[in-house]
Amino acid sequence: MIQARIRKKYPAVAERPGFTLEVEFQASQGVTVLYGPGGAGKTLVLDAIAGLVPPDDGRILIDDQILYDRATGINRSPAERRCGYIFANPALIPHMTLRQNLLFAAACRRLPRLERHRQVDEILVRFRLNEAGGRHPREASESERQRCSVARAVIGQPRLLLVDEPSGDAGAALRSELLNLLQDVRAEMGIPILLATRQLDDCFELGEEMLAIDGGRLLQSGPPRSVFEQPVNVGVARLLGCFNLLPVKIETLDPGKNTSRLRLGDEAIAGLYFPGRLRGDLLTLCVRHDQLRAAPAAGKPGPNQIRASLQRVAEGRHTVRLHFAGEIVVEMPRADYGERKHVREWFVEFPQDKLRVL
Amino acid sequence: MNAPMQIDWFPLWLSLRVAALATLLALPLAIWLAHLLAHRRFRGKALLDMVIHLPLILPATVLAYYLLVLLSQSSPLGRIYESIFGGPLLFTWQAAVLAALIHTTPLLVQASRTAFEGVDTNCERAARSLGASGWRVFWRVSLPLAQRSISAAAVLAFGRALGDFGVTLMIAGNLPGQTQTLPVAIFSAVESGNGAAARGLVLVISGMILGILFLANRLGPRRATG
Repeated sequence: MIQARIRKKYPAVAERPGFTLEVEFQASQGVTVLYGPGGAGKTLVLDAIAGLVPPDDGRILIDDQILYDRATGINRSPAERRCGYIFANPALIPHMTLRQNLLFAAACRRLPRLERHRQVDEILVRFRLNEAGGRHPREASESERQRCSVARAVIGQPRLLLVDEPSGDAGAALRSELLNLLQDVRAEMGIPILLATRQLDDCFELGEEMLAIDGGRLLQSGPPRSVFEQPVNVGVARLLGCFNLLPVKIETLDPGKNTSRLRLGDEAIAGLYFPGRLRGDLLTLCVRHDQLRAAPAAGKPGPNQIRASLQRVAEGRHTVRLHFAGEIVVEMPRADYGERKHVREWFVEFPQDKLRVL
Repeated sequence: MNAPMQIDWFPLWLSLRVAALATLLALPLAIWLAHLLAHRRFRGKALLDMVIHLPLILPATVLAYYLLVLLSQSSPLGRIYESIFGGPLLFTWQAAVLAALIHTTPLLVQASRTAFEGVDTNCERAARSLGASGWRVFWRVSLPLAQRSISAAAVLAFGRALGDFGVTLMIAGNLPGQTQTLPVAIFSAVESGNGAAARGLVLVISGMILGILFLANRLGPRRATG
């Protein structure tokens, strides 16, 4: 269990704008995913917990032990915090062999001398590094380096594992290997993990809890599924990147029939009753790309269907994203789209029960 | 009358001794200062940086004048030195070491600082996150990673120390057989019209400097190939 309130301010210097991190969150056992774009402050959160960067203000606890508390002036050293930290690149020490890197880590963790060798041997086997142990990082493969960096972080049983996930250029195979390793670490060693990532998929694959941050602020927290289903504001929805965000005006609201009418451009669409909203409110309609349905235009548009002309198509592995005029995006299975490749005019249907306003 | 090849080689040995000693003394000091400048943030950092670089820009005569005032037998520093080593510093070969130090230290600080700043900070962060103390990070990570560049810089600094002229002449003097270093000896030889000695010494020092440059180049950080 981690409880953290962290504030850190970097003033603007020369051409670099200032940056302020101000987050407060709790993370329980298991894997917590810190999700956000580059420059959101993810690494800074990890650094502050590991004790590499002192916050300006706040309080950090792990399992009721205080690591940092501004009010009482407690600031434990990284050694006392016992956090494992996996960096975005393997960051192995180049003049030491993989084995020496692990021995160095064991020494830093203050393991007794004999115990060091025993644990290093054990961990070399566990991470399938017994053959590569004698190699220097530059002679080892990318995968071996990555395994070694995970092994180094978990030696001496840290009570929390901080992971800064490699960014996109690391390659899909390497990333998925890391996720597998982390899953093993969680299952076999029972170490809670705080994983910083830009990949939404990782949140679902690993995360029991998700913290969406951007611009140094925590936007939403909760199970990934619920964040994904119900982003609390436009910022989160934009961050997740799979929502239509369209300006609408509420024309009528009927709590009795649980309905509403929204004006979207020249079209009117029906939604459910939105509690706490008023007639005439200008809001943002938020609906996931894959929740809209599109069909080739034929005859008159049906209820909640609007006519839209296709501008651009982005094909993915499993789905196709159709970009329509008016910034409407519909995601549909490849198979459904396949037969309608040459259609330009479509009807886009807004399912009444899927519409949310923010 | 001097026979053509009769050259007094004492200045060469003295210069080598002075330069070696100056480099050895400058090295720990420079590494410490460089590490401080590269990794710490503190008040007065810009000022310290400036003071370190001052000797590279100030005219040698000005520097030497300050040293003469600072270390004269009547000054506090001069007296402290005398009470420890039992003799004055100025106009001894030890003063030549000091003169060499004045120029080698800033060079070494500059080069070591660049070397420390070039070290992959993730390696240092990794070591710190594992709980390594500042000393351990320095000895096991930062210094070994910067070591190639620093040794190359030390070799260059040695070369620079061999050639110091102005400050050496003013605070160590030109006493043949005592404080006359190689550059000063060349100056004297030219002054007194001893062309053969000047040529010999000039050739020797040029050859040595070339060798030093070659060595520094070989030692320097390997460039990635391929």
